[in-house]
Amino acid sequence: MAVRLVFLGKLADLAGASERELAAPIDWPALVEALQGELGEWLAGDKLKLAVNGAVLADKRALQARDGDEVALLPPVSGG
Amino acid sequence: MKDVRLLSEPFNPGQLVGPFTNAHPGLGGVCTFVGEVRGDGDVEALELMHYEPLTLAGMDDLAEQALARFDLMGILIAHRVGEMRPGEPIVLVSAAARHRRDAIRAVDFAMDHLKSDAWFWKRERRAGEWRWIDPRPEDHADLERWTS
Repeated sequence: MAVRLVFLGKLADLAGASERELAAPIDWPALVEALQGELGEWLAGDKLKLAVNGAVLADKRALQARDGDEVALLPPVSGG
Repeated sequence: MKDVRLLSEPFNPGQLVGPFTNAHPGLGGVCTFVGEVRGDGDVEALELMHYEPLTLAGMDDLAEQALARFDLMGILIAHRVGEMRPGEPIVLVSAAARHRRDAIRAVDFAMDHLKSDAWFWKRERRAGEWRWIDPRPEDHADLERWTS
């Protein structure tokens, strides 16, 4: 009964791991609650995008993740 | 023909371009760009991180855009992920067309997009220290060339 968080780029360093599991379901307030410190600042900022199961959310604050979903935290890309 | 790949091991550009060229009999020209990890002072290694559900799909969409925008017979986009050393190929774009300008412009188009809005996160190691690389404003300026 979990939602998997995936941290990309420098967020993996901040999280200390590339993945973390949270108890499902997760909406935006729950995610804000779960991520403190620098990760929380990134989450609140304009530059970070969220994807659920590979689909980027137009409005990350509309997040609704259920059991088995994968939520990716995407900082700005640095390109290839 | 559309061929889009993410590669986790070092690759030989010629081994990709040869078969790609042969697959398009009657072509007028093939344009190929190979990007390598720049030997930039004390850079020891470069690591490219990707996110499987987005990165390959994004590259595939880019190839479709190039096919729609230019008069091509085929396009090949291959990109490394993982850890690389200076001098190793990191990206390859090859376009085959009846006429050269479409091939050349398609490669330029694909490279500008790969460099700025593909789903990659990059870090480099200098003197044993890894450091994440932030997006460069120049890359976004390059992208603007294709919006008109």
